[in-house]
Amino acid sequence: MRAAAAIPAIVLLLATTGPSKADSLSFETIEKGRYLAVVGDCVACHTQPGGQPFAGGLPLPTPFGTIYAPNITPDRETGIGDWTDDEFVATMHEGLGRDGAHLYPAMPYPAYTKATRDDALAIRAYLATIAPVKHAVVANQLPFPFGMRLNMRVWNLLNFTPGRFQPDPGKSAQWNRGAYLAQGLAHCGSCHTPKTFLGADKDDRYLQGAVLQDWLAPDITPDSRKGIGAWSEDEIVQYLRTGANAWSVASGPMAEEITNSSSHMTGDDLHAIAAYLKDSGAPTSEGSSERVAESDPQFTAGQAIYKDSCAACHLDSGAGAAQLFPRLAGSAIVQSDDPTTLIRMVLQGSRGAGTGDAPTSPAMPGLGWRLADDEVASVVTYIRNAWGNAAPAATAREVSDLRDRLR
Amino acid sequence: MARRLPPKDVVVVGLGWSGSIIANELCEEGLDVVALERGPWRDTASHFNIGYAPDELRYNSRQELMLHPAQLTVTARNDPSQTALPMRQFGSFHPGNGVGGAGVHWAGITWRFSPIDFRLRSHYTERYGAAAIPESMTIQDWGTSYEEMEPFYDRFEYLAGISGKAGNLDGQIQAGGNPFEGARRRDYPNPPMMQTFGPTLFAETAEKMGYKPFPIPSALLSRSYVNPLGIAMGQCTYCGFCTNYGCANYSKASAQTAVLPVLMRKENFELRTLCEVLRVNLDSTGRRATGVTYVDSSGEEWEQPAELVVLCAFMLDNVRLMLLSGIGKPYDHRTGEGAIGRNFCYQMANQVIGYFDPKAYNFNNFIGGGATGTAIDEFNNDNFDHGPLGFLGGGSTRCAPIGAEPISKRPTRPGSPTWGSGWKKAMAETYLSNLSVGCEASSYADRNNFLDLDPTYTDRLGRPLMRITFDFPENDVRMSAYVTKKVAEIVRAMGAQQILENPRTRPWSVVPYQSTHVVGGTAMGLDPKTSAVNPYLQSWDVPNLFTVGANVFPQNSGFNPTGTVGALSFKAADAIRTRYLKSPGPLVQV
Repeated sequence: MRAAAAIPAIVLLLATTGPSKADSLSFETIEKGRYLAVVGDCVACHTQPGGQPFAGGLPLPTPFGTIYAPNITPDRETGIGDWTDDEFVATMHEGLGRDGAHLYPAMPYPAYTKATRDDALAIRAYLATIAPVKHAVVANQLPFPFGMRLNMRVWNLLNFTPGRFQPDPGKSAQWNRGAYLAQGLAHCGSCHTPKTFLGADKDDRYLQGAVLQDWLAPDITPDSRKGIGAWSEDEIVQYLRTGANAWSVASGPMAEEITNSSSHMTGDDLHAIAAYLKDSGAPTSEGSSERVAESDPQFTAGQAIYKDSCAACHLDSGAGAAQLFPRLAGSAIVQSDDPTTLIRMVLQGSRGAGTGDAPTSPAMPGLGWRLADDEVASVVTYIRNAWGNAAPAATAREVSDLRDRLR
Repeated sequence: MARRLPPKDVVVVGLGWSGSIIANELCEEGLDVVALERGPWRDTASHFNIGYAPDELRYNSRQELMLHPAQLTVTARNDPSQTALPMRQFGSFHPGNGVGGAGVHWAGITWRFSPIDFRLRSHYTERYGAAAIPESMTIQDWGTSYEEMEPFYDRFEYLAGISGKAGNLDGQIQAGGNPFEGARRRDYPNPPMMQTFGPTLFAETAEKMGYKPFPIPSALLSRSYVNPLGIAMGQCTYCGFCTNYGCANYSKASAQTAVLPVLMRKENFELRTLCEVLRVNLDSTGRRATGVTYVDSSGEEWEQPAELVVLCAFMLDNVRLMLLSGIGKPYDHRTGEGAIGRNFCYQMANQVIGYFDPKAYNFNNFIGGGATGTAIDEFNNDNFDHGPLGFLGGGSTRCAPIGAEPISKRPTRPGSPTWGSGWKKAMAETYLSNLSVGCEASSYADRNNFLDLDPTYTDRLGRPLMRITFDFPENDVRMSAYVTKKVAEIVRAMGAQQILENPRTRPWSVVPYQSTHVVGGTAMGLDPKTSAVNPYLQSWDVPNLFTVGANVFPQNSGFNPTGTVGALSFKAADAIRTRYLKSPGPLVQV
């Protein structure tokens, strides 16, 4: 039955398709689409826990309320089976729903707009081959006034620049491939670029780190202190492929990204992204921020707590152990302006990514049950200012607020 | 009535060290493997939180990681004329329970057995004559050799990241290692651990006395390490909470830290926890296992059909499952016939405590680990001439401060007050200035030491309990007295003011902890009359049943058993992969 239902979808697709260089039924197109759907990590949002892949339903918390990712299987009633290619491309490039309604940028169309039409259609061709799943999802359940999609027209006017990726002729083909992927389908900036109060990217702070869902997506600019300037290209590739390198172990949403997406990307593409990130504009936050003095009571209290609760794994030197215990000395995420992830780690712990190449999946145990708010703030402040690190102090209030939100 | 499940290629009973190694190897072969574990899931991150992993009340006093008698116990007696009674609290030994098994709470001392161990009866007969072996001592050869075992020891040591110093590389004796060990192809994967003052003083003293001290091979890692499966392990912090505890630092090798991260990712592997296997099912010929029947935590019974059954539970449970399932012939001590339950052995745990001048000696015993320390091997096995001594065997002598926990480690000198301010003063003086040197020694089989099903007591499911009939044989008691005197000479030479000698003596008591090194019951060997499994760990009676664990030891060596259990796991897996799957059936014809 499933196969029978899929056939009309494909027939319709052929009948309404505009001119395209690629044949949507060819192995090459479908395989390219499968790969690009992995790069775009479509499955992450369009699948709910325990649900069928791509059948939607996952709640996506946004600053404006919760949105539910729709069903993008080829089911004709509840999925995208009877969409035309142009409708699909309009979603990817313009953020338009089938009926012309404007989508919320929880769908990363501000990034996907960079993808070529051929690449968008390859993804479309691949999605047409998976099993259709009947699963109705009401995507928009936002409260007034955010529920009015008309608002998005205004939002787009203010915040969205449609248009395909334009290669930089001054850069290598590898850099341009990396830029195309990172800015487009891989949508790094969706998490790593700070947002305005309207939820739009602050373009002047591209990839400088942002907090979402109480995780800090750290600065991934070439900044040598807050960014990943100290990471070699190979170390970036190792991180994206395996989830762990000499500097860090991925956890939280990045662990999901690595598991679903970048661990399945080709070495060439990972190297291209790494080359791009190493050279993605001038680092803007260069220079050290003010350091909390070693004589500060928060520092000395934090040092004692660190010795007691942290040093066994992360070592007195803050060096950690490759692929196991993230390095704290010189770490970008440790020295980010916003300490959210650090506080969260201490309170709640987190399990690191586990991949075929780095299967350990080590975890930080939660210590929130034995450390009071001011103790967490102290140890976080210590870690952010020991071993040459420099970052603003954390406050008990920040800890207490995050503790409440994580409850 | 058990409900029947879809068949699997392999069912593995118990997911500790041996179960996880076998399961991983057979999954690599492409087989569809299910493991049934009677206890709960545990992993480092979720269950060994650094904030409470060293909770002595929880893990030592209350034995959270161990099997509790309410779930299952054993009965015990010293000789066949007595009536065995159930152990109401595990004392002498501590079976593990849950994923990782006893390999979660082990100390981490990881030896290879010596070359003579594998041909023990032959060796003693050749050196001292058949008459030197007492009539009731039923020691026997393993049907394998050290040379055959060497590659499998190597694989286990690299899997677990053992930290040590080779004593014999390809026949070349290496300074600083154990000169008595069998030849190894390559050194340990990691360098030895650091030593605290006590083991350092022991090694210096032993060397002056002409012995050859060396660092204890340790499964607590001296540095961070990535094993051949790609799993990263951490560096030991010498926190002193190994034995009875899970490790919070990913530093103590276990199924959790060395195998499961890879095994659990495999699509052809499935684990069912809180599922206790009731029996191995046999077909009408009794020569073929059809699978196992188990009960889950809801009390539901399930039949899991499988082409191959591998028993990897705690050694007592492997033997008991074979007895409960009617596999092989139960041992009868009166006739000496039957192999299932035969040659149950233990380990002779001897100890000398030295009390040093508190003003001059501070051993900081709280720093340490289950396998931190130094050792000598001069009094182990047949490394010394037994001709005039009137006994056989010996033990590994080591100074290994495993930690000094605040509740249970309350040392005072003999003759000190046992309560009040006098006791407190004595304790305060002694805590840092006492040092223990142990000799973990061989336990040789005796025809009156055996395992069978208890005629009276049953478990919660109505099955007979395992009955242990055991006491220390005269040979082993004499050996213990001898090696303890030798250890005492060293401790005296180290400068102790006072010495307490604790050689193991009869009767064996189930109450004080000695070690969990119970072995035997389904010996491996070349003669089906005296062994339950052949040298490939395959049942003589049911060729599609293998069992891996210390239950296949014909007797115990003067070494801790886990290194050999790990090596045997790789040996059995190799036999299944390279021999059995090509031609399912008996791998040894008799």
